[in-house]
Amino acid sequence: MNSNIPHGEMSQKWEDYKGHVKLVNPANKRKLEVIVVGTGLAGASAAAALGELGYKVKAFCFQDSARRAHSIAAQGGINAAKNYQNDGDSVFRLFYDTVKGGDYRAREANVHRLAEVSNAIIDQCVAQGVPFAREYGGLLSNRSFGGTQVQRTFYAAGQTGQQLLLGAYSAIERQVALGNVTMFRRHEMLDVVLIDGVAKGIIAKDLITGQLERHGAHAVLLCTGGYGNVFYLSTNAMGSNVTAAWKAHKKGAFFGNPCFTQIHPTCIPVSGDHQSKLTLMSESLRNDGRIWVPKKQGDNRKGSEIPEEERDYYLERRYPAFGNLVPRDVASRAAKERCDAGFGVGTTKMAVFLDFADAIKRYGKIEVGKKALTNVSEAEIIVIGKEVVKEKYGNLFEMYEKITGENPYEMPMRIYPAVHYTMGGLWVDYELQTTVKGLYALGEANFSDHGANRLGASALMQGLADGYFVIPYTLGNYLADEIRSGAVDTNQQAFVDAEKIVADRLNKLMNIKGTQTVESFHKRLGKIMWDKCGMARNEKGLQEAIVEIQALKKEFWSNVRVPGEINEMNPELDKAGRVADFMELGELMCKDALNRNESCGGHFREESQTDEGEAKRDDDNFAYVAAWENKGESDWQLHKEDLSFEIVKPTQRSYK
Amino acid sequence: MEHYHMNLTLKIWRQKNNKSKGSFETYQVKDISSEMSFLEMFDVLNEQLIVDGKEPIAFDHDCREGICGMCSMHINGEAHGPWAQNTTCQLHMRAFKDGETIVVEPWRSGAFPVLKDLVVDRTAFDRVIETGGFISVNTGNAVDANAIPIDKKNADEAFNAASCIGCGACVATCVNGSAMLFVSAKLSQLALLPQGAPERESRALNMVAQMDKEGFGNCTNTYACEAQCPKGISVANIARMNREYLSAGLGTEA
Repeated sequence: MNSNIPHGEMSQKWEDYKGHVKLVNPANKRKLEVIVVGTGLAGASAAAALGELGYKVKAFCFQDSARRAHSIAAQGGINAAKNYQNDGDSVFRLFYDTVKGGDYRAREANVHRLAEVSNAIIDQCVAQGVPFAREYGGLLSNRSFGGTQVQRTFYAAGQTGQQLLLGAYSAIERQVALGNVTMFRRHEMLDVVLIDGVAKGIIAKDLITGQLERHGAHAVLLCTGGYGNVFYLSTNAMGSNVTAAWKAHKKGAFFGNPCFTQIHPTCIPVSGDHQSKLTLMSESLRNDGRIWVPKKQGDNRKGSEIPEEERDYYLERRYPAFGNLVPRDVASRAAKERCDAGFGVGTTKMAVFLDFADAIKRYGKIEVGKKALTNVSEAEIIVIGKEVVKEKYGNLFEMYEKITGENPYEMPMRIYPAVHYTMGGLWVDYELQTTVKGLYALGEANFSDHGANRLGASALMQGLADGYFVIPYTLGNYLADEIRSGAVDTNQQAFVDAEKIVADRLNKLMNIKGTQTVESFHKRLGKIMWDKCGMARNEKGLQEAIVEIQALKKEFWSNVRVPGEINEMNPELDKAGRVADFMELGELMCKDALNRNESCGGHFREESQTDEGEAKRDDDNFAYVAAWENKGESDWQLHKEDLSFEIVKPTQRSYK
Repeated sequence: MEHYHMNLTLKIWRQKNNKSKGSFETYQVKDISSEMSFLEMFDVLNEQLIVDGKEPIAFDHDCREGICGMCSMHINGEAHGPWAQNTTCQLHMRAFKDGETIVVEPWRSGAFPVLKDLVVDRTAFDRVIETGGFISVNTGNAVDANAIPIDKKNADEAFNAASCIGCGACVATCVNGSAMLFVSAKLSQLALLPQGAPERESRALNMVAQMDKEGFGNCTNTYACEAQCPKGISVANIARMNREYLSAGLGTEA
């Protein structure tokens, strides 16, 4: 695999690249068309930045507005190496933390570039009017996140993703008004069109009318997010899907590290079979909350009624150095271990407590001290402490109460890990180009920057880095050779053929007329994936999962029922296509997890663990990116991109 | 929290597309858990309809955690249903009792035509934003983020205005179909920040003009929009918008 990493010193690669990359002059930019699929942080920022440069951009989203992409739901914050806190941060530290946090499975050169452009992102967002949190002096506020020892996270209450996306959305709408970007709302990409092996357009479906459309362009950018919904239950939006990336994969784009999934430790647990999605409780809560389970198996008492000596604060017990602030992968596995051993709480017994009682008392006492109050009772201290906790986490506590009907100020939260993010994605080179020429992948849709585990507040950073500051340079390097190719004619045979294949598949789905709903297949797929390719994986389970998914796929294509008509708004038909793609992806994820007989980051193979049950990496055999090439139905060929670590030397992670 | 199960009667607006006339249909759902979200109850109903060979109900939804602004149901006469400062997706079935009848309609507004069943077209909001809901700064032009200190009070107020999710509940709930809460939230955010100053006047004039052009109605100070807003956006923003618009108008004529 050629990742096209520029030569030279790590810290000079991007500067040198930018200094020598090919340029397209303004007159030629006006003649070049670019398709951007997806309008989350990566897509909206790319579409806006390319529109500003003068390219003719067509942006597509399946939602009714670009502003609704799921980046909007990100809570915690966005990292940057500003070092505003004077606490020793630097581009190098951000780079180092990210490579280490990814458990040494990311590409160093990409991560270094990410750290380099991080500061410009914050500048750009502030200039757009993004209302980040500020101190009384009027300057920006920071907080810290897992896996780092500095305060480098910028935030806007618990709604950072919303504010960043609305900033990018306003930039894209400005370009719409200027005529540089055309928005295609409620449109879904259903295939990428190649001419002589080069991406020249897409087939999209208008989700209101059901009509298929051909769109030509000189380059296609996929900014379509992650595929966590393969597990059915995840913190992703209901519409988040792999379809665009999967179509690209079937057309020749290799898929990188598909099994690398992030399971976030603090989510509101499943309450029953009706559950349609899971809701995250921000990582910031682990700063003050203590995680525990009863020492006795099957203890049915309320959390608040279990005395201190009968509680097992298992993270503090197992990891005294990091306690409740161990990285996400470690915290998630530890919760699963306790629940599997019969110590779980709540009606389903698949939950652990996240308890703020100590923090409430601690903050109450601090306030009493600050105000020099005397003769304050224990009850009064608690009232004062609750106010402090409310100021810090009020909106999250409210959200918890709305969903569960329980008051987390009075009794501990119940939480359990849930699928949150996928580090894997389309394989891209240094320029974010996939293995198909002219086809690029940005943001969560690519595999490149987070290795086997993403650090908190880094997803927003990567999405905006790719869109605002990387693709405007790297795409020019490709388009400079396209200035003579003229407008893309969508009457060419390749477009006709691609449209027919898409139409045939839609007709096929409509005409199965079976008895089982799309949703029921998605649920069954999710269960297989969660049970056998979830937080812990082993050879036997993965082999079984592959057989089960193949059988499920066969059943789907012979017995699914899609109601309604083909030429109208038909959400069930849209969902059917997505679930069909998820099934194929699920099989590849299991295959990748089976191949990677080591544990690293979020990927835990039970066969590869230390005596204490921790993840054990195997750098001798697996220090590579697994890039899978599709060769036909259930048939993939593995290509390896060897990872070399020039700067950050791999070591075994320990949090004890 | 005590859990319970309930049987419900649902009267739901059905409409094939934006050209056809719609009507209410009545459905029964059984054994609904009080722990379900309102949209999960709809999932149950839709699964049942599909199995019965009928067409499921189309409705908008995506994040299901109250932030994307996609969900948009008018429930028992209230935008997003009975809970205050809440979206449809965050409404849970413990808000209802066994045997209840629930009436569900799409947003009703001339500027939001119904596309199908409970799905409406809100692109008018995007078009209003296109006329000025931004700061004209190209990528790469920015100065250092800390170069311009911003009074914390203004920053916090700008954030509160910016927390609008663009769901359209304000329009749907207003007797005049006014979009003033939505438009004023964006105008306020940008008026409160120094970065927004250079385009302040043209922004106010252009966004208000587009708002009128889209067919949104006027504000007659009923404050229903604030009461139904899932994010608690304040009507004080409308007062600020009026000031912005007036002073911008004076500026142009002078």
